[in-house]
Amino acid sequence: MEHKLRHVAVPSSEITPYSAYLTRRDFLKVAGIVSATAFLAACGVKSTSGPASGNGVPTAVPGWGAETPTPSVPIPDNAQGLTTDELGNSLNTLDQITHYNNYYEFSTAKDAVASLSKDFKTTPWALEVGGLVQNPKTYAIEDLLKFQQKERIYRLRCVEAWSMVIPWTGFELADLLREVQPMTSAKYVRFITLMDKTQMPGEGGPLYPWPYNEGLRLDEAMHRLTIIATGLYGQSLPNQDGAPLRLVVPWKYGFKSIKAIVKIELTETQPETFWNNISSTEYGFYSNVNPNVDHPRWSQATERRIGELSRRQTLMFNGYNDEVASLYTGMDLRTNY
Amino acid sequence: MRKSRSFPWLKIAIHIVGWLPLAKLIFDFSTNNLTINPIQEIEIRLGRTALYFLVATLAVTPAYTLTGWSAVLSRRRALGLYAFFYACLHILTFLGLDYGFVFSQIIPLVVGKPYIFAGILAFSMLLPLAATSFDYFIKRMHRNWKRLHWLIYPAGLVVIIHYAWSLKGDLFTLRGNVLQPFIWGLVILALLILRLPPLRRWISTVRQKITR
Repeated sequence: MEHKLRHVAVPSSEITPYSAYLTRRDFLKVAGIVSATAFLAACGVKSTSGPASGNGVPTAVPGWGAETPTPSVPIPDNAQGLTTDELGNSLNTLDQITHYNNYYEFSTAKDAVASLSKDFKTTPWALEVGGLVQNPKTYAIEDLLKFQQKERIYRLRCVEAWSMVIPWTGFELADLLREVQPMTSAKYVRFITLMDKTQMPGEGGPLYPWPYNEGLRLDEAMHRLTIIATGLYGQSLPNQDGAPLRLVVPWKYGFKSIKAIVKIELTETQPETFWNNISSTEYGFYSNVNPNVDHPRWSQATERRIGELSRRQTLMFNGYNDEVASLYTGMDLRTNY
Repeated sequence: MRKSRSFPWLKIAIHIVGWLPLAKLIFDFSTNNLTINPIQEIEIRLGRTALYFLVATLAVTPAYTLTGWSAVLSRRRALGLYAFFYACLHILTFLGLDYGFVFSQIIPLVVGKPYIFAGILAFSMLLPLAATSFDYFIKRMHRNWKRLHWLIYPAGLVVIIHYAWSLKGDLFTLRGNVLQPFIWGLVILALLILRLPPLRRWISTVRQKITR
């Protein structure tokens, strides 16, 4: 048992069995609503005080739109047992989260990834952290579990205009970066996926610049909401969702959240990214969720939440406006798509 | 020739193949086998099926040229109408299931989004073909009927562009998830090339020499 759960995000003694997780959800649903309401009342609900409206960001900046930001409700670090995100959206089921995966290393068919990835080897695993850092280091999964593991319920908005609500477990990337100490010249963080055609048949595909790589600006990478996921639903991370280490940047389109990471590198110049490499006019470096800036070929104004029949309005920064808008103060989000 | 008149097995086979994708879709719907995102799956499957029948329609003349099997020629209309049938269901799924007939959302997409526009364009090219597919029009329109039905070729190419543009990739630089539309595009191009009169005549003479 101990061995099997080696790369689980929390000590095995603290893991709630999935069945117990499910049964106590109904109780906590009620409890959660009560406590959340009490908390809001205590805070006086500072609803429209987000940086976009309150901190002098002119709403005339292109790409920002004029709608009011979502109310600021804190995103808890210990969400285990909660059944909704901070906006009251219900979680997607484990079945949905594990059987609808965009993971081209295995297949372009979302429902084929689960079976194709079931034998993917995640132990042993090494994460190399280097580039412009004082203390370059190669981590084993066990080394990474010493960083405080948090449970965060995040909305995931795919660039293809569907979305899910997922209870992740993981650590803040900032904790890792602080340990390796970025040099002052470091401005960006680059991530690279495992390259292994024998395990990931899609990486043999000729039309893609494998291996998958992604990047963030250093301040985005250091943001509290940016996590490296090691699990979901209180279980170790399923292979099809990017095991053993997957970036989650909830205010950006899903493709920024790179899976099966083997290398993190700090750089001075903006790194190349996979989809930008394929089609630079369609997939920008930033790729922040933005209902006002469409994909050139399709609209980003609405999305389908998996499991729902009608479409939802897409929220600015995927509803994380209050937390992250200040990162982009004064930027033209139309040109920096 | 008498054989094909005796029992219409080709005709029956085409109708079975024509209804099979819909039957499979209904079966998968009722057994909850349409992935986690069924609306998208329905949309994609219907679109693909329409493409397959469109390709089959375009393959009729080349199939005749290559094999000399004239029975296929009389089945072209059925294939074309199945293509149109699935295109109708595809577009209805987009309008109704996907966008709930909310035209304030749909119209900006049709006008502003190239892949939706290409899809609507292809559909509006198929529409007059289906509408004039009855014997009545074939007899009345004479040469104009052939002229009008020539639209099937550009429609096929627009469908490929619609398909490629709906995926993440770039058909023209061949990057990303465009292998399938690229291959189907090549198939359609090959079928069109096989129809070029000089090539067609040459194939016919070669075939007749071989079979003789």
